[in-house]
Amino acid sequence: MFYREAGDFKTSYVDDNQTFPIKFDRWRYYAVLAFAFLVVPFFINDYWANAILLPFLIYAIAAIGLNILVGYCGQVSLGTGGFMAVGAYATYKLMTSFPDINLFFHIIIAGGITAVVGVLFGLPSLRIKGFYLAVATLAAQFFLVWLFNRVPWFYNYSASGQINAPERTLFGHAISGPASEPWAVYLFCLVFTVGSAILARNLTRGTVGRKWMAIRDMDIAAEIIGVNPLASKLTAFAVSSFFVGIAGALFFAVYLGAVEVGEVYGINKSFLVLFMIIIGGLGSIFGSFAGAAFLVILPVLLKNVLVGVMGWPTDLAAHLELMIVGLLIIVFLIAEPHGLAQLWRVTKEKLRLWPFPH
Amino acid sequence: MKIKTLITAAAAAMMAAAPALADLYIPSLTYRSGPYAANGIPTADGYADYFTLLNERDGGIGGAKVVFEECETGYNTEKGVECYEAVKSKNPLTIHPWSTGITYQLIPKATADGIPIHSVGYGRTSAKNGEVFRWIFNYPANYWDGASHAISHILDQEGGDLNGKKVALVYHNSAFGKEPIRTLEELGKIHGYELTLLPVDHPGQEQKSQWLQIRRERPDYVIMWGWGVMNQVAVQEAVNIRFPMDHFIGIWWSGSENDVRPAGEGANGYKALTFNGLEKDYPIFDDLKKYVHDAGKGAGAGDQVGTVLYMRGLYSALMTAEAIKKAQEIHGTPDVTPAMVRDGYENLDITAATYEALGLPGFGPEIKGSCQNHGGQGLGAVSQWNAAEDRFVMITDYIESNQDVIQPLIDADSKAYAEENGITPGCE
Repeated sequence: MFYREAGDFKTSYVDDNQTFPIKFDRWRYYAVLAFAFLVVPFFINDYWANAILLPFLIYAIAAIGLNILVGYCGQVSLGTGGFMAVGAYATYKLMTSFPDINLFFHIIIAGGITAVVGVLFGLPSLRIKGFYLAVATLAAQFFLVWLFNRVPWFYNYSASGQINAPERTLFGHAISGPASEPWAVYLFCLVFTVGSAILARNLTRGTVGRKWMAIRDMDIAAEIIGVNPLASKLTAFAVSSFFVGIAGALFFAVYLGAVEVGEVYGINKSFLVLFMIIIGGLGSIFGSFAGAAFLVILPVLLKNVLVGVMGWPTDLAAHLELMIVGLLIIVFLIAEPHGLAQLWRVTKEKLRLWPFPH
Repeated sequence: MKIKTLITAAAAAMMAAAPALADLYIPSLTYRSGPYAANGIPTADGYADYFTLLNERDGGIGGAKVVFEECETGYNTEKGVECYEAVKSKNPLTIHPWSTGITYQLIPKATADGIPIHSVGYGRTSAKNGEVFRWIFNYPANYWDGASHAISHILDQEGGDLNGKKVALVYHNSAFGKEPIRTLEELGKIHGYELTLLPVDHPGQEQKSQWLQIRRERPDYVIMWGWGVMNQVAVQEAVNIRFPMDHFIGIWWSGSENDVRPAGEGANGYKALTFNGLEKDYPIFDDLKKYVHDAGKGAGAGDQVGTVLYMRGLYSALMTAEAIKKAQEIHGTPDVTPAMVRDGYENLDITAATYEALGLPGFGPEIKGSCQNHGGQGLGAVSQWNAAEDRFVMITDYIESNQDVIQPLIDADSKAYAEENGITPGCE
């Protein structure tokens, strides 16, 4: 009834090509943005920021990055954790070497450095595909973690091998370090997340994204119609690693503040982000958000319900949490193999016909 | 949106459950699940049971009831942060993070929020310098003390001369495992031994190559900084290559029954450091049985009582309770705040008589804190596994660590931290 194209007249090509062609969608999108930017900061507290919203926003960036590589370009990667570590260590080195430059730029430069590293590890993708490529990126994961553990220069020769984010400010408000306010760190991450999402969305709608998808669907056919596989695959690796690097940098500098590479950026992180995009939906920006929300918020929610509300022992709740999340993943994959994004698409199709489906 | 309403409901329920002001709220960040659960469970049980005992037997501490709550971290930093934020709003008197990684995470946060952190024999060693780390305590001993204890014991065994000897350090490749390296290197310069470093990656099930290297290089002694499943694997590997077990010394976190039992008879003679007593007949066990376990109020399954790590959890709770008592004494009120407990910790004074009075004669070393010293006197002992009796037995008295080496290292490290974070060292 209210969710349809009819009556929403587009008079220019720009209008015709916009991200949300349906009026209701567009307004919903503005409403979400307005709520996130204008309402949440006034109500956010430390728990909401550090336990739920920051991890959600940061994982969403990582999921967008990985989705570009796996979902749009079809190159399976298990190196996400390692690339996040590159972003984190690049930020740390930049923060400590150039304390006068703002953290905002450090994080973007760290993304750029990760992009270069990503391209390096993406080179084998020109020769190998599928599972074999997954193994090659797995090597990147282990190599990078080993490197950051092994070479003391990366952690400034600190005795513990940990990296700690010193305090940095933006417009006079601390955004890293213990004195940071929850609303400031939240907004800082939100800007990066929204920026990444808009950038990724528009990249995937344009020439570059279409080339990626052509490579994903059938690389030989794509090559025959004039898509350069070298350029397409390497840009996918570069853009993907850029986002993943930014996520790693925020994860270290803003969210955790102190990081130990083996624990925080280990192979588990790679799997977690991969699960996010599989559950959320491959090849969908909304899916990246949905997957990140599912795997970040659900465990916290379960914990609070089982322990906080029902008063169960913590260990029982922790084990149940694993079982419930695992079960839901399996159920989702069987019931909807294309992820939460597909559910959303189906809902939208139904909505267009509602309330007269025949 | 439905999810959000649910979370809000859950969060609201948690806020509602927050204790009234007159209670002493003490959270415990436990890990009863995950790869380190075998060690996390007894520690958490001991910690919880002691507070239950105080509540049931004495009606709390100084007349105020202890409200105890656990939060599961699974030894995972992100969950640790979540737990910290969850308990923070409820005004915790002190937090024991039970993980070196999480301790590093919480040091700046807790300092900013004014919550005392007590890392019992783990965490950041230089936190001993209270002038820099005002809210952080690491009684009764730290990792650098431990490294020194191990070397002292080796010196005793070798008749005081280690020139040309080879010592290998098998360590968990993390902040925890890397702690002793500096001290061992410094001590190596003094005593003339050669140090080999053998890192083991989390979680530590894969150690074949490290022990192959040990078999090839034949070090005279192996020191281990391990935790969780890594310990069991290391002990088993040492048995497999027939390494003399009495030349194999673990840190206090590598010396529990769980670590040696799987290796059976072969593990007999394995040594580990300890900073708490391991006797089986402390009078407190009667009270624990009467007030806690027989009353059905024990934490966990109740099968861990008396194990090494259970006693360590108990010991941690004991120090916390003493700090709270001290705080009540100093400020003249049973209703203490985190800031008062910090004062209590700083003036912590545990003597042989205290242990005696608590039903734990000779349980631990004497501890005397001050504003400068947040880490105690750094005493530790060596225990040895007796497979026939199925228990660890203390084979030395509490020995002192080489403060001439350690104190300058602590000063240097804490000074660097102070400079990095813009802290002016001093006692207020």
